[in-house]
Amino acid sequence: MYDAGKIMTGLVVFLVILTLPFWYSGAMGKGGARPEVKLPEGEKKCVESKEYMRDSHMDLLNQWRDAVVREGKHTYVSEGGARHEMSLTNSCMKCHADRAQFCDRCHVYLSLNPFCWDCHLDRKQTGQGAK
Amino acid sequence: MNVVLPFFAVLALILAGYVGVKVLDLKFLFGVLLPYAAIAVFIGGFVYRIVRWAKSPVPFRIPTTCGQQKSLDWIESDRLDNPHDTKGVIARMALEILFFRSLFRNTKTEIKDGPKVVYGPNLWLWAAALAFHYSFLTIFVRHLRFFTEPVPMLVGLLNEADGFFQVGVPPVMVTSLVILGALGFLLLRRLFTPQIRYISLAADYFPLFLIIGIAGTGVLLRHFVRTDIVGVKELAMGLVSFKPAIPQGVHWLFYVHLLLVTTLIAYFPWSKLMHMGGVFLSPTRNLANNNRMVRHVNPWNGPVKVHTYEEYEDDFREKMKAAGLPVDKE
Repeated sequence: MYDAGKIMTGLVVFLVILTLPFWYSGAMGKGGARPEVKLPEGEKKCVESKEYMRDSHMDLLNQWRDAVVREGKHTYVSEGGARHEMSLTNSCMKCHADRAQFCDRCHVYLSLNPFCWDCHLDRKQTGQGAK
Repeated sequence: MNVVLPFFAVLALILAGYVGVKVLDLKFLFGVLLPYAAIAVFIGGFVYRIVRWAKSPVPFRIPTTCGQQKSLDWIESDRLDNPHDTKGVIARMALEILFFRSLFRNTKTEIKDGPKVVYGPNLWLWAAALAFHYSFLTIFVRHLRFFTEPVPMLVGLLNEADGFFQVGVPPVMVTSLVILGALGFLLLRRLFTPQIRYISLAADYFPLFLIIGIAGTGVLLRHFVRTDIVGVKELAMGLVSFKPAIPQGVHWLFYVHLLLVTTLIAYFPWSKLMHMGGVFLSPTRNLANNNRMVRHVNPWNGPVKVHTYEEYEDDFREKMKAAGLPVDKE
């Protein structure tokens, strides 16, 4: 074999980098288990079904933002006919009060950094109640 | 035929993923067994192909030389296009691998009125290839967010940068659009340029359709068919920590995406996609042109039996002396 040293070094480096997922998390000491979110105690029903909220809450929030900011509409009527104020701070966070215990659990797990918090405040952080 | 077969092969894969997961509920097969098998095939196959290539004899330097060779000091040599040392070779290889320099030099030949033959630059293929490869690399790296816990900062930053324009929620990734555009160009070029169409084989179309399928299902899963993304990461983390688990509530389209990726991984070492490893082993690129500076001995030359003059004289000294011939040694 010609240049065996160079080729084998290259091959080993390639394989070590490629198999990074197999050793990285173990080396960092994390199991990667499904994160647990803290569900509100009083309320059992969210605005829409659990599955819809889990998969598509960002769509809903995006629609709410457009409706409130661009069209001045403030009331959302859900599939079941319930009426809600379209507000992250006043509706969502009335039940899911603690961002760190709820929103961030999955977002951090998936390395997501939604831009909600560019404008919205986290009540826990600021120490102020909803208006 | 060369187009039709790969197209239907990819459609069949999509259908197999749908039927296998939605109808037959073979989630463990599609989510765990096949991915593991594909990774094993990839690593084994990749090593096998590289070792096979490494075993090829390289008795002499055969670089393609496109510039002045190194000779006398007062003649300027072209260090990139006719490298004579390792430094030049590394620079040449880096430009080749990072910027596809030899593709950049692609030319087209046309007959203009006159009639005259005209040569000109043809950079579309180079631009599309560069756009495709860098998009794919970015997409590959940003998918590491599903396979690592905690997610490395670099992967997080890449995701942020890719979604920089903040169009929609979740943000549209720039690379999603670029890769689909580039793949579209690379496919249409094969379909509509007569010369390219003539030389295109099923093995050229299959990876194109497969990667279009992967990118397409990926975009669908991100923006249109939402699924439990936490469950997706749970599955991925189960795979890489060797504690496979099948989460509930993951859409069948995700398993189609996964099956297409699994196919790509398993197909990779046996296809033209091996240019990923092969580009490093191109003897016309990675050898320094020092044919005249260094003596290259063919390594498989056998030992040659020689009979030197000294030995000849030893054999016949007495007879030579008797015949009056001059001898070196008395």
